[in-house]
Amino acid sequence: MRILNLLKIAYRSLSKNKLRVLLTMLGIIIGVASVIAMLAIGQGSKQNIQTSMASLGINSVMIFPGSVNSGGVRGGAGTYSTLTQKDADAIAAKCEYVTDVTPVVSKSSQVIAGNQNWHTNVAGGLNQYFTIRNLTVAVGNTFSTTDEHTAAKVCVIGQTVSTNLFGAETNPVGKFIRINSIPFKVIGLLAVKGQNSFGQDQDDIIVAPFSTVMKRMLSTMYLNAILASATSEKDIQKAEAQISSIMRIQHKLTPADQDDFTVRSQADIANTFESISNVMTILLACIAGISLMVGGIGIMNIMLVSVTERTREIGIRMAVGAKSIDILFQFITESIFISVLGGLIGILLGIFIALLVGRFGGWPVVITPTSIILSFAFSSAVGIFFGWYPARKAANLNPIDALRYE
Amino acid sequence: MAESILIDVRNMQKTYKLGDMEVHALRDVSLTINKGEFVAIMGPSGSGKSTFMNIIGCLDYHPANGEYFLDGENVFKMNKDQLAELRNRKIGFIFQSFNILARTSAIENVELPMLYNSGVTAKERKERALAALKSVGLADRADHMPNQLSGGQQQRVAIARSLVNNPLVIMADEPTGNLDTRSSYEIMEIFQELNDKGITIVMVTHETDIAQFAKTNILFRDGMIVTNVPVAVRKFAKEEIPKLPVLDKNDILT
Ligand SMILES: Nc1ncnc2c1ncn2[C@@H]1O[C@H](COP(=O)(O)OP(=O)(O)O)[C@@H](O)[C@H]1O
Ligand SMILES: [Mg+2]
Repeated sequence: MRILNLLKIAYRSLSKNKLRVLLTMLGIIIGVASVIAMLAIGQGSKQNIQTSMASLGINSVMIFPGSVNSGGVRGGAGTYSTLTQKDADAIAAKCEYVTDVTPVVSKSSQVIAGNQNWHTNVAGGLNQYFTIRNLTVAVGNTFSTTDEHTAAKVCVIGQTVSTNLFGAETNPVGKFIRINSIPFKVIGLLAVKGQNSFGQDQDDIIVAPFSTVMKRMLSTMYLNAILASATSEKDIQKAEAQISSIMRIQHKLTPADQDDFTVRSQADIANTFESISNVMTILLACIAGISLMVGGIGIMNIMLVSVTERTREIGIRMAVGAKSIDILFQFITESIFISVLGGLIGILLGIFIALLVGRFGGWPVVITPTSIILSFAFSSAVGIFFGWYPARKAANLNPIDALRYE
Repeated sequence: MAESILIDVRNMQKTYKLGDMEVHALRDVSLTINKGEFVAIMGPSGSGKSTFMNIIGCLDYHPANGEYFLDGENVFKMNKDQLAELRNRKIGFIFQSFNILARTSAIENVELPMLYNSGVTAKERKERALAALKSVGLADRADHMPNQLSGGQQQRVAIARSLVNNPLVIMADEPTGNLDTRSSYEIMEIFQELNDKGITIVMVTHETDIAQFAKTNILFRDGMIVTNVPVAVRKFAKEEIPKLPVLDKNDILT
């Protein structure tokens, strides 16, 4: 009964100042909306990184030639010629924390089918390449050990390559393509993966048996990379360490020598990106939090003005029997009402902005219940916190002084 | 005891401090007012009438010396919440400047005291507010805003508000100070009706003709009571109003 009366009192006085209430609310609305939108965008990019990392094979470990620590001018991965097939064999044989290992060579090539042509990267790897990179075949098969032994002219292609050479609807399996003038039979079409978090098209790929690319297309004995997959996610670091020591023995490096190779896991990369996106999220949330704070100060400002302006009203209420607590609650209720309603509108606006950004900005967005609850709780707290002082001031007035106030 | 005492003030003193200067607003006031009385307090400006009213109306939380009992309760021993409750249940206030809430309809103004009285339901609140408005002749103005009402009507809204919680006493500080003669007499008519029903009325006025509507006149001077006498020739509003000159038609309508 009493609470109901308080709400009625607060509602009556708020409804007499609609424009002012709305303007005050605007501060909170903007604050909450930006919290929601910022967190949604931050969460979205984080989840995007996670899923695309998982699609690359979260357990995979990559060994590149050359060292990231070597001083002076550094070339990109593949500039150094230090990895050989023997290294890959040694890792497969000696490392107990890896399941699959494949040497990888690649060559940027011109591909022709009929009168269509396309330029893409041709990767040579063992059958394990598919497992490690989490690639599955949608139509057809991957190559067999026989294909590897005989350096068969067969390949598996991605959807982008298939579309560009044969059109979107045609099944490419069984057809022939010419890679650098050498005819290859297409034996499989990879399942569509889309873009990774760096914006690369993961379907723009051709995979052929390692021996085929090595012997028929390249005149080198060096590898571009070695790919392996760790036995489990928690063994990744052990696998990386063990691979490093195997590689050092393979390359006969003395303790004084630097590594002439680099071991990287997908998890390392994922962690780096995740921490970057975490920092981003925190930063965005801080900015949003500050705007919410400013909104709160706006409430306090308006409530203080309101208390001064309504001193006589407070006196009248006290004269007819309002207790200090009634006056306190009235003003607190008003500021909570402003902040809560502002919070609710802000949440809706924030979701709307996030969806808009997701739709037209191409950004991935994830709206979590946590961010909604968090910003709602925070905005209500802002209402109580910033409404308290003005309300207290009103409640402590002496009735006759309030009544006489000009 | 034939009549029971409603207001019992003993040796009340009130001093305002303005920097170094002390203003002795009430020097030594002792007074009893019985239930059913209609008292008019008179006196020159600055003689302490309002100060006295504010203290006996429990509107001033700053301390005063002396003792004060209202309906047997020791007011100076009460805390703020108890005083608020006391004002809500036992006292109705009328002010010179009406003091009704702006941009708030007549009925909502009258409902106000009941919002701070948790025993009243919403339905009852509405009914009682309407009944109070009706008793001051404003039943048809329930939804009017204060700026749509004349001064006399606004004061009648204030009276309706003071009545809704069935108070023992109505305290009015210069209720007719801002009103023309006719409106003033109409207010006196309502006061006399209420007084006939048993409500005690304590009213401050500096107009002698208004004071004559009361039963007793008290004169303040320099913070002290100088006379406390029954009204010799009492006026009755019902008889006086028809005698007022009619200036133009609008006068009757207000
Ligand atoms: N809040 C106040 N602070 C200081 N002095 C006051 C205050 N209220 C009244 N006074 C002084 O107390 C005296 C009595 O005032 P008041 O009770 O208002 O007189 P009245 O109502 O009879 O005109 C006056 O001298 C006035 O100036
Ligand atoms: Mg006065």
